[in-house]
Amino acid sequence: MTHAERAAGFLRDAERARWHDGSLWSLREKRDRAAAAVPDWEALREAAARIKRHVLAELPAYLTRFEERAQARGAVVHWARDAAEHNEIVEGLLREAGARRVVKSKSMLTEECGLNPHLEARGIEIVDTDLGERIVQLRHERPSHIVMPAIHLRRQEIGALFHAELGSPEGESDPTALTLAARRDLRARFLGAQAGITGVNFAIAETGGIVVCTNEGNADLGTVLPPLHIACMGIEKLIPRAADLPVFLRLLARSATGQAQTAYTAHFHGPRAGGALHIVLVDNGRSRLRARGEFADALTCIRCGACMNTCPVFRRSGGHSYEAVIPGPIGSVLEPARAPAAHASLPYACSLCGSCRDVCPLRIDLPRQLLAWRSELAAHESGGALRRAGLRAARFAFERPRVYAALGALARWAGRVLPERWLGGRWNPWTRGRALPPTPPKSFRALYARRQK
Amino acid sequence: MRIGLFVPCHVDQLWPEVGFAALALLERAGVEVGFPAAQTCCGQALLSTGGHAEARALAARFARVFDGYDAIVAPSASCVAMVRTHYADLLGEAAAAPLAARTYELCEFLHGVLRVAPPAHAFPHRVALHAGCHALRELRLGRPSAGGAAGGDPVRALLSGLAGIELVKLARADECCGFGGVFSVVEPEVSCRMGLDRLDDQRAAHAQVVTSSDPSCLLHLAALARRHGRDDLRILHVAQILAGPRT
Repeated sequence: MTHAERAAGFLRDAERARWHDGSLWSLREKRDRAAAAVPDWEALREAAARIKRHVLAELPAYLTRFEERAQARGAVVHWARDAAEHNEIVEGLLREAGARRVVKSKSMLTEECGLNPHLEARGIEIVDTDLGERIVQLRHERPSHIVMPAIHLRRQEIGALFHAELGSPEGESDPTALTLAARRDLRARFLGAQAGITGVNFAIAETGGIVVCTNEGNADLGTVLPPLHIACMGIEKLIPRAADLPVFLRLLARSATGQAQTAYTAHFHGPRAGGALHIVLVDNGRSRLRARGEFADALTCIRCGACMNTCPVFRRSGGHSYEAVIPGPIGSVLEPARAPAAHASLPYACSLCGSCRDVCPLRIDLPRQLLAWRSELAAHESGGALRRAGLRAARFAFERPRVYAALGALARWAGRVLPERWLGGRWNPWTRGRALPPTPPKSFRALYARRQK
Repeated sequence: MRIGLFVPCHVDQLWPEVGFAALALLERAGVEVGFPAAQTCCGQALLSTGGHAEARALAARFARVFDGYDAIVAPSASCVAMVRTHYADLLGEAAAAPLAARTYELCEFLHGVLRVAPPAHAFPHRVALHAGCHALRELRLGRPSAGGAAGGDPVRALLSGLAGIELVKLARADECCGFGGVFSVVEPEVSCRMGLDRLDDQRAAHAQVVTSSDPSCLLHLAALARRHGRDDLRILHVAQILAGPRT
């Protein structure tokens, strides 16, 4: 299935689609207000992009420095080439510690690596503690948005889920009551956890520290209660100095939800007294992407989700229509790099409106990258051969004005004489929701030539 | 000053009136206008369909066809954006820069370069101005709601002079209409939903006329309006409104 087919499925529930669009648009508006309230917003974006590009250019040196400094603070640093190595390292650490009950705060990296199913298959209970992630975990589905994992669900659906899974009263759909039901359930799991896993928003090379941002404090609670903290991060999460951190913290929450800051910003510099801190650095294709000049910028992404909130296609197709760990514009750039054949339709899930480039705090030129993917992926796409043939034919005609004019005249003539139901059959995607275009008897060039005589 | 009028392929074939309205506006401004007959397509449709090599051939062709004109003017912001922002990727910076520097969207040229007085004939209608994405976010003609670089809005400036015109306020003034070239046929359901949402927004603002500097957006919106029985709405290219009843 292509993105277009899954998107069409999402749109069949017109009321849900409208509501989904509206919820995300209101976040976009909050982001606009938050950005406009920072006088040096554009300078901040510029600074952030410069810092991250510099880190990417010097990545090996910064990684080595980070490892040294983190170890000097008592953390243990592990390196994982790919998802499988990452999962084995985490599983090994949990086994060594005898941990069978684990809590995890939000981490797109562990989603990417498929950590939950890996651990569950080996008898380790892993509970997502971010409310949205807990909801999708209970529904056995993936997050539909990287910042709001359950944005595709309405509160009535969450009420029914909590009634079935957590024993909340039937018909309860009050957000506060539902949050309290989740809180009661999660509190017991926090207290019983033998290890806590977190993602990482920023890792500081200079200090060897890591920073985790949440709105629910679940990363904090999940790391202060159990004795073992495992932090999983992609190698692109580095920033050079502690002094660079404010640039990103000022951008992140404003871009994501329009908040000035996330409610909690946890800094971990070495393990807490009596505990252990393990940091797993994961490559999983990042080095390969870094070596590809035109797409390397995508590695500067700080996962704020602003491109999803603003994307007119995402808002009307839902995150699941991308069938990808990271959906939306940035996912449509990142996912084809991981698995080109599986994600070949994603670069076309874009009208090239350019709005994502304007909201991206890192100024990633997403439309340009999506365009570049289209040329690159033609080989992997279903119907790619047909498309290539069409492109060659179009070039042939456009390079020969007479051929072009004759084909245009033929098409307009056909449009005037053939029955509309032939031209507008199911085969024609243009007329699935639209009337045929106008078919004037003469083109501009024909009329102009007559006028010049 | 010798102007090369670029009439994009979709305007040439589907909406010749827009080409003549643009021609009339330029001629009235007193410049010499030529229409090089060898012109066809800027190549955008091919580039956005994954045809980098094919688009490069058409970009090179465009440069040859318009060689010798002091300025190239088109009644399509999107095609102009193709020349100004994508030709460098196709032809290299050195070959693209001189083209980019003298290729203009029609209103941008009339208002910003020729500095014509805004026409003042009567157009007593409620008009929704559809901000084309490429006019706004590539050519930066206007002020995008999400911020970033902003410029003057020549379409609004020129329309504002018309007697009796009322430019209505839209809830989402710069949301994409969903045309997107190949996107409109690869993702027809999302494309149509986006367009219908624009028509709903325009209706909520009691617009009688929808206009834009981008004819491809308008052809898509017109096709949606016709299919969905929105015959109350007139869809006109901004050049048609500015040229007035004389053309």
